[in-house]
Amino acid sequence: MASRIEGYFEKLEGTRVWRSIFRSGTGNSTLHRALAIQQNVFLHLFPTKVRRRMLGFSATWYLGTLTLCTFLILVVTGILLMLYYHPSVPQAYADVKDLKFVVSSGMFLRNLHRWSAHAMVFLAFAHMFRVFYRGAYRRPREFNWVVGVILLLVTLLLSYTGYLLPWDQLAFWAITVGSNISAAVPLVGDKFHFLMLGGHQVNANALLRFYVLHCVILPLTAVLFVMVHFWRIRKDGGLYVRESEPGKDEPEPIPGAAMEKL
Amino acid sequence: MSEAKSALPATETEVSRRAFFTKMGLGSLGIAAVGTLVFYYKFLSPNVLFEASPIVNAGRAENFPQDSVTLDVNSGIYLIHVAEGYFSLNAICTHLGCMTAWKQEEGIIACPCHGSRFSREGQKLAGPAPKPLPWLKTWLSDDGNLLVDRSTTIPPLQFLRV
Repeated sequence: MASRIEGYFEKLEGTRVWRSIFRSGTGNSTLHRALAIQQNVFLHLFPTKVRRRMLGFSATWYLGTLTLCTFLILVVTGILLMLYYHPSVPQAYADVKDLKFVVSSGMFLRNLHRWSAHAMVFLAFAHMFRVFYRGAYRRPREFNWVVGVILLLVTLLLSYTGYLLPWDQLAFWAITVGSNISAAVPLVGDKFHFLMLGGHQVNANALLRFYVLHCVILPLTAVLFVMVHFWRIRKDGGLYVRESEPGKDEPEPIPGAAMEKL
Repeated sequence: MSEAKSALPATETEVSRRAFFTKMGLGSLGIAAVGTLVFYYKFLSPNVLFEASPIVNAGRAENFPQDSVTLDVNSGIYLIHVAEGYFSLNAICTHLGCMTAWKQEEGIIACPCHGSRFSREGQKLAGPAPKPLPWLKTWLSDDGNLLVDRSTTIPPLQFLRV
């Protein structure tokens, strides 16, 4: 049975349609495996070669991957919530109530969105602590650390802008206090406060601006920097291995080395 | 003749065609970039705001008995009547913009967010607030209503005698 299924797959992989999509071809050679990663638009962000040990839990605790997973959950649940939520003063709070009490699975999706947001902030911090205490931020990975700091800021801004959207008392006063903190910046603070809220107080303009930031501008920024973040792991020589750890004596996997050998 | 012209060494003040066009191109891109910034700044600043008028009609002065402190949560002001006369305070905390509340039993104004406390005259008593609550311009209209301008502050202890 298993061999029959395998046979089907082999047949499928040999078809012209399959080969027109996946150009690397079939086969188990190092070249084919490297090509499968290198010629795929999504996978080519990652290194073609990874030490087996680095895929284990203890090497990274999977904190970066888990942060990405929470982000993907937030994108999916967020898009679904957008189908019922109107970012307007008379409707926003009522829509959130509807999501809780009227829409099928609405409460589940909203809670999943909220808890994933909390988890993403926690995991991003945990990931950064892990990288910091392992010393993985050092040369040649300094720039990727900087990209990570930008991603942390984007994550926090996503949390902050999302906080206003339920349009309840907590949201209103939290954004009032938070935006007044930004107004304390010398010279440009008041102007920035005005631009951010689209007025002098948290009102309809502020709700719409935060909605656009939360649903469009900040997620796109996050995706952009996540791509750079992954690509830099590959360009900076793969996941970090400490000097004292076994496996350090192995030759550094140079990107594309597998290709050159063949 | 043309050979002799090209053989002339370029003086230091002379600009080559390539350098001239490069400067022109970069210069126009720079102007366009500044224009884009101004465009975005203007676009993001609303010209019309649907916010409440800064002038609040608080109603008849007789509605505020002596030694009373009345908070109007919609406009965010206190109307206070003491022996010296009437005055208004901005009820928005000077720390981070929360609405303060009058505590009758303690005789103070307190902010629920971060614990700032003010006297009835707006002086800061405790907490993180950097400034006292500002006094607002208050006057009596021709038809006997108390009007308060939330956008105009006045020095403290200027009471309105009715």
